[in-house]
Formats: sequence, structure tokens, C-alpha cells
Amino acid sequence: MAHFEKANSLNEWLDQRLAVNTLQRVLQTEYWIPKNINFLWAMGMVLAITFGILLVSGIFLLMYYQPNVDTAFDSVNYTIMREVGFGWLWRHVHAVAASVVFLIIYIHMFTGIYYGSYKKGREIIWISGMLLFVAFSAEAFSGYMLPWGQMSYWAGMVITNLFSAGSLELNGVVEWIRGDYVPAQAFLTRFFMLHVLLIPLAILALIGVHFGALRIPHVNNQDGEEFDFDVEAEKYKAGDKKSSKVIAFANDFLSKDMFVVAVYLVFFFYLVFWNYGFAMDPVNFDPADGLKTPAHIYPEWYFLWSYEILRPFSKDIGLIAFAFAQVIFVLLPFLDRSPNAVPARRRGLFFIWFWLMLIDMIALTAMGKLPPEGIYSTIGLVAAVAFILLWIALPIITMFEKKV
Amino acid sequence: MENESRRGFMGKAFGAVSGVGAVASLYAMKRSWDPLPSVAAAGFTTVDLASAEPNALVVEKWRGKPIFILKKTPEMVAAQTEEATARDVIVGGENFLIAIGLCTHLGCIPSYRKDSSDFLCACHGGKFDSSGIDTQLPPPSPLVIPPFKIDGTTVVLGEEGPEYAKMKESGLIA
Repeated sequence: MAHFEKANSLNEWLDQRLAVNTLQRVLQTEYWIPKNINFLWAMGMVLAITFGILLVSGIFLLMYYQPNVDTAFDSVNYTIMREVGFGWLWRHVHAVAASVVFLIIYIHMFTGIYYGSYKKGREIIWISGMLLFVAFSAEAFSGYMLPWGQMSYWAGMVITNLFSAGSLELNGVVEWIRGDYVPAQAFLTRFFMLHVLLIPLAILALIGVHFGALRIPHVNNQDGEEFDFDVEAEKYKAGDKKSSKVIAFANDFLSKDMFVVAVYLVFFFYLVFWNYGFAMDPVNFDPADGLKTPAHIYPEWYFLWSYEILRPFSKDIGLIAFAFAQVIFVLLPFLDRSPNAVPARRRGLFFIWFWLMLIDMIALTAMGKLPPEGIYSTIGLVAAVAFILLWIALPIITMFEKKV
Repeated sequence: MENESRRGFMGKAFGAVSGVGAVASLYAMKRSWDPLPSVAAAGFTTVDLASAEPNALVVEKWRGKPIFILKKTPEMVAAQTEEATARDVIVGGENFLIAIGLCTHLGCIPSYRKDSSDFLCACHGGKFDSSGIDTQLPPPSPLVIPPFKIDGTTVVLGEEGPEYAKMKESGLIA
């Protein structure tokens, strides 16, 4: 039996049993964040808050949603939207957050790429982040199935067909994933399970890894400057906060972080109350019909760039290009051969690469939304080829980069 | 030393037992995702073609998939290539297209255009002629002909008759 002294306060009592003071010190008051950062460093917190919003709104939707092919559509569009008090609020919050979370993920990603925050010890942060992107994509897709409208059904049909791997004709695999020849009851129930349990569990675990991977290499800064966090922390603790290059995570950094979060939430709730339409495709307000394909099938905006990479090629080449686009970002820390972990503007050719990649992905997104005809097809093809060429060029241009 | 070998043995024994358990559970999980027997067994659709109109697409449902049935006009038959005619199903002396109505690219349903007697897939712009042969990318292959058996003027989908077997032999059905 361990020995415990009589505690003089609730805090002491808890500290004896749970080491709450040590936890607070390690996780907050003595977790050090560089000073030389900007608002883009708040995107992680914005994402965490958005994930929290998705979780809470999802819990309320879960109370009335029915994962049944006959009742799913009405449980969303009638029960939740018209009968449940404030049901519309949870639905619009959930739909808008699911869309906006990808916008923030892309900003977070491209911030990391610009400032070189994926190399020199930060590889696991990058890889776990890209795995989170995959998990969020799967979460978005499985959630898109649930209202069981026309877009749900046909997106389900098209995306599960990808697993037949083109000319390999692995129809058995596709039918195994669906549990039927076509998306039907078995399909809806299993994607419901994935959406509300298995994928959220994976996301939580990955967030744990993502945060944990930050502790040893620490947060990057605006100049990619390398410094000794222990030395700077000692300065801060000794009272020399002015010349120290770091601040404490809480409350110093957190107060600035939450300011950005607050600005973001104003924008977020503006969308929820006045401009939620972009997150709700009108075609999905028609119930699923397995015998009628909608005139135009396109994914949500955040998948358009990879969809556009699939589209202009013949089936097998399209699938290979698509698979390439899905995995290539994970390999970024290893394809970038340069020794420099500094902002792109100081890296010569890489700076041009960064902006070309960003513009190319915006072009792919725009073309993915337009019908595959005439000039749009051509621009889409050029942008898709450019995407692949840019990745092939990356190891070459970074290999010749001079040490700064 | 003796203790270590005993622990080593315990470790290996535990590893072996849990390995068998893991494989068995994975098998159970895989089987739980399989289509249910009732779903897998559902599956013969009989269609009577006696009343079909020429150049009017009939869409039937077989195993949850749309089946295109198109009675061709004599002009259409006369205009088509030998390759296309080989894909025709002859019922009661008339030429029919019978095919699964899913684009061979990613499974959307192409729509039939009466005037040009061809199929256009709205998803990615693929085209098929009235025999289901792909005429414009991205679809990589013609529309798939489902297993069928001719019985007088009716066709049973899901059963392999001699005409289907013949098509399969000549390589029309992958």
C-alpha cells in the first residue's frame, strides 16, 4: 500500500492521486511554443474546435437518424429538419463544418509545405497529418452516404467501383465492400457504422499521434530558425520573457490561438445561418434511385482536384493517376531532397514549385466542377499532367538546392 | 537462465495461441462483411420481349442493376458492323441489345439518345453505340452482356443458355 499524506485542499488531493499539477505543467504551462509565428499557426486549434463541433452536432443527429434504406431519407429531411426542435441547426452545423474542415485542412497543409514543417524530425507530424486527411476523407464520404439521396447513392456506386481496380475487374471485392451487388441496406448500415464509430475512433487515435509527434521536434517558426528550447524556456522562467524566443502554451499562446478561433467561428456561424446552401447539394434532395443516374455527378468541392485527375484519362491510367494523387503527399518529406527546412521564399525553385502546385490544385478543383467538355477537358488534362510532372520534378529541383 | 527459457516458452505459446485467434477473428470479420445468402441467392429475372417496341429502350432490373433491352429496327441492323451484330441477341427473329446498363468506367447509367441511337454517360462523357460498344473514352470496354437464356419470346437473366455460352466462347464476354 502506497503512503498518502492528508491533503489540505481539493487540488492537493487530486494531485496526490492523478498528478494533475504535473500534467498541467507538462501539457500547458511549460509546453513551449515559439514566439515568431503568425495566425496560420492557429489552424491546428481551429481544426480541433471544428472536429469538436462535428462531434457534438453529430451526436444530436444520431438520436433521430435511421440507417434504413426506406426511412433514412425522411429521417433526415423530414424528422430532423421539420420535427426535431433545432434539428435543422444540428444538420446545417454538421454539413457546413464537414465542408469547412477541409478548407482549414488544406490551409494547414499548405502552411506546413510553405514553411518546411515536414522535415528534420517533423516527418511523423506530416505523415500522421496526411493519415488524418485520409481518415477525414473517409469520414466525409461515409457521412455523405447517410441521407440516402441521389448523390449519396451514386457517389457510393462510383467510389466503391474504384476498388474493382480497373481492368483487373475485381467485382468480388466491390460486392464484398457493399455487401450486395449494388449499394443497398447492407451498404448503408455498414457505412453508418464506419461513420459514427470506427473512423471517428481512428481519427481520435491519429490526433493523439499527431499531437505527440510535435513534442520532441517542437512547433516550427516563421523563419525555420533552429534554437534550443530548453535554453529559451529557462530564460522565460527566469523572468526574461522579452528576449526568450518562446512562450508557454497556456495561457500565453492559447489566448492568441483562441482569438483566431473566435474570428473563425464568426465566419463559421455566418455560413451556418446565412449561407449553408453550398454544403447541401440540391440533387441529394431527391431520394436514392438505383435506376436513374443524375445528369451530372461531381463530388463535394474538397474532392474535386483528385476527381479531376481521374477524369481525363482512360480507365486504368486514370485510376493509377488517382491513386498516385492520393498517396503522393504522404511522401513529401522523402521526395524533398533539400537540406533546408526554411520558408519557401528562401528556397529558389521550390518557391516556384509551391505556388505552381497551389495554382494547379485550384485549377483542378475548378475544372472538376465544370462539365467535361471542350476547353474545360483540355485545361483539366493539362492540369492533371502538370500535377504529376510537378511531383516528378520535386526530388530533382530540391536535390540541387543550395544550403542556406 | 531456467526462468528465461520458461518465460520464452510462455511467450511463444501465447504468441501462437493469439496468432491462431487473430487469424480466426479476421476470417469471421471478413465473412461478416460478405453479402448475405438471401442477397446472393436473389437473382433470376424473366423478361417477355414479345411486346417490345423498336428503337425504344426498356430498362429492367436484375440483381439491383439496370438491364438495357433495345429492339433494333431493320435499318439499325443493316447499318451496324459484323462485330456489333455478333453481340445481338436474336429473339423471335428480331435483333436485341441486352446489356447491363452500367458504364464500364465507374458504373453510372448512360442515357439512350433515340435520334443518334447511342448511349451517353453523363458522369465522365463516355459513349456507347446501339450495340453497347464503347465509342468514346473513358469507358475501356463495351457494356457487359449479362448471363441469359432464351426461352421462346422470353429471356431469363442470370441463367447461362447456349446462345450466351456461344458468345462467351467467341470472346465477346470477358
